[in-house]
Amino acid sequence: MDAVFLARMQFAANITFHILFPSISIALGWVLLFFRLKHLRATDPQQKLDWLRAYRLWTKVFALTFALGVVSGVTMSFQFGTNWPGYMERVGNIAGPLLSYEVLTAFFLEAGFLGVMLFGHRRVGEMVHLGATFLVAFGTLMSAFWILALNSWMQTPAGYEIVNGQFHARSWLEIIFNPSFPYRLLHMVLASALTCAFLLIGISAWQLLKGVATDSASRVLRTGLVFAALAAPAQMMAGDLHGLNTLQYQPQKIAAMEGIWETTRGASLLLFAIPDDAARTNHFEVAVPKLASLILRHDADGELKGLNEFPSAHPPVFAVFWCFRIMVGMGILMLLVSWVGLWRHWRDGREFARMPRPMLWLFAGMTFAGWVATIAGWYVTEIGRQPFIVAGLIRTSDVASRVPSSSIAVTFAIYVAVYLALLVAYVGVLKYMAETADKKSYANVSVSPAGEPQQYQRRGEFA
Amino acid sequence: MTSMSFDELLPLIFIGLMGVSLLVYVVSDGYDLGVGMLMHRATPEERDTMVASIGPFWDANETWLVLGVGLLLVAFPKAHGLVLSELYLPTALMLVGLILRGAAFDFRVKAKADRKAMWDRLFIAGSMLASVCQGWMLGRYISGFGEGWNYPIFAGAIAVALPMAYALLGATWLVMKTDGALQHKAVEWSKIAWPPMVLGLILISMATPWISETVRERWFTLPAMIAVASIPVTAGIALVTVRVLLGSPTVRGGLCWLPFALLVLVFFLSFLGLSYSIYPFVVIDRLTVWEAASSPDSLKVILIGVCVTLPVIVAYTAFSYRVFRGKTIELDYA
Repeated sequence: MDAVFLARMQFAANITFHILFPSISIALGWVLLFFRLKHLRATDPQQKLDWLRAYRLWTKVFALTFALGVVSGVTMSFQFGTNWPGYMERVGNIAGPLLSYEVLTAFFLEAGFLGVMLFGHRRVGEMVHLGATFLVAFGTLMSAFWILALNSWMQTPAGYEIVNGQFHARSWLEIIFNPSFPYRLLHMVLASALTCAFLLIGISAWQLLKGVATDSASRVLRTGLVFAALAAPAQMMAGDLHGLNTLQYQPQKIAAMEGIWETTRGASLLLFAIPDDAARTNHFEVAVPKLASLILRHDADGELKGLNEFPSAHPPVFAVFWCFRIMVGMGILMLLVSWVGLWRHWRDGREFARMPRPMLWLFAGMTFAGWVATIAGWYVTEIGRQPFIVAGLIRTSDVASRVPSSSIAVTFAIYVAVYLALLVAYVGVLKYMAETADKKSYANVSVSPAGEPQQYQRRGEFA
Repeated sequence: MTSMSFDELLPLIFIGLMGVSLLVYVVSDGYDLGVGMLMHRATPEERDTMVASIGPFWDANETWLVLGVGLLLVAFPKAHGLVLSELYLPTALMLVGLILRGAAFDFRVKAKADRKAMWDRLFIAGSMLASVCQGWMLGRYISGFGEGWNYPIFAGAIAVALPMAYALLGATWLVMKTDGALQHKAVEWSKIAWPPMVLGLILISMATPWISETVRERWFTLPAMIAVASIPVTAGIALVTVRVLLGSPTVRGGLCWLPFALLVLVFFLSFLGLSYSIYPFVVIDRLTVWEAASSPDSLKVILIGVCVTLPVIVAYTAFSYRVFRGKTIELDYA
């Protein structure tokens, strides 16, 4: 296989593994803040304890998620140089400041407030601890802000000038708030909200099925359902806006997403097809007439540009086409499950004990639904930018490293093996922590709530 | 010497910031990795104490590497590409080591009890792999990525010496942070790690002038030679003092912090010496600071962010070390 393709696969493996963890932690930070506030506000002692238990369990999830985000993030900072040395040489003047702000924000938050949030409950006052939790949540969001600004700039570059082949910044405001940035940020934040909501739903449903910590699990499950039921429709609207933005700035990506080869008026929406990159056509099409034009142009006879308008400058179609369908399909499924779940819960008189077990099994099965949708969505936008690394300006193959492909293949295999093993361990530990939530460390919670955090810290569970 | 304009000075500010970040990384993650490697000689109970001694710090320590490499990436993109392409395989292996170490850190206490031994083994293996790779990378870097039979031997020697230096740093950290039987063990470990570290340091000091004409002239020209000789002399005195302290009973009492502090001084001096050798190059004899730097305009934008966050990071780190000062709390199995 050629080196550029291997380098792309390796980088893709790494960012795929990495995004799993931020997509949880961006929203989970705010959820923790919510649990904390609920705990502080509650007047009923049982309720107070339930929210505290929820906070404790999910803080452990947060710590584990954050740690895996850090280790895979360290790898990324190296892979920019090992895989794409030409990238920073050409656009370093623009990508550099954005990346450094991302690193500094992440650093700032990590060296600072995560330590206080995880270890410091006994050592600092309630308000300071609450403040630290807020800043961790806020810092994670800021990290996403900067890295998405850079990613969006690579999709829809703006505010730059080229002097002797080198990119220089002309306007930082235009660079940061480039055309696709607001949509991408909104889309990703909502994706994180949905991913986190379904993690809450799935794990709490699992706890209810296993009869573990049922009181706090019920509260978390309800929170997750409400959260998902609100975020899912919002995400569909945000996705639609993002799609229209992509149509304006990256029409070849839309053409690949919809599998449109020839420019057409009144293009039909393909429900199923096997796009064939070599023959430049689709096989086995199942289509709804005029719907694609209606969705994208808000006009049944609107014109959509086809891939043949962009010779040798459009993305591979098969992957983009199918990832898009997986993302949308997952989104619809999440909307249905959260709404039906909430309706059923309301019909059951807000008692999860009366919820049918198959429904709980469905919830548990959807634990990682957000991951599937998020990854599929990122594949659409990233593969959809190919063959360019900076859309329309720099080709990926021009900035790749000249490392022999055998080295890339060996390290790729090692990375994949390590990532898969860690992923299995992560899911296994989540399950284990959920199932043992009321056995471990909660025994004396009602006796001496104040003595708890220190014990946690001694056991190093938040390490 | 003519005075420099601010634009010419900017790359120097950044190479300084990057150097300091990497120095802080080497010292702070050095003791973490050292403690990690020493765990294979410890009992399960001692392992818990050892991990607890680095628990509140390791996350932040590792981020200094991201900052250092991040600054290399954003401020000296040409050097970043050159260095990391040359060090492709060791970089990848080091990252695997750091991933295993970092993940094992969290998993060992959260996973099922019968899996703990496995995560401990991964913790130790990850620490060792990362240290050996960093040693190899340092060896290749300071020899300017030269070709020939002698270069791999040199890099191989550093790949042994740096883990030993980390182990020594980790052992003296434990001397400072623990007491009782573990502290006693840590003193013995320190004695074992001392000779290879000293040997490695001597090797590096001799190799750089031997490899590069530029470096040789800079060190062995009078009168500068007299001034810069103070660096190796001070480092030598500090190292001998460490060895003497390790042999005396005071190290287990009030002076338990001194060997660690002296070793930090040795690392600092080695860093100074290395900087003096390499300046003004980023890659010895191949790429200078100014050739490798990004445009002044971009550097200014980054500098604003650095000026805002760096003082806060330093202040918080100091606060964190103060909060978790003193001997590590014994583990509670209640």
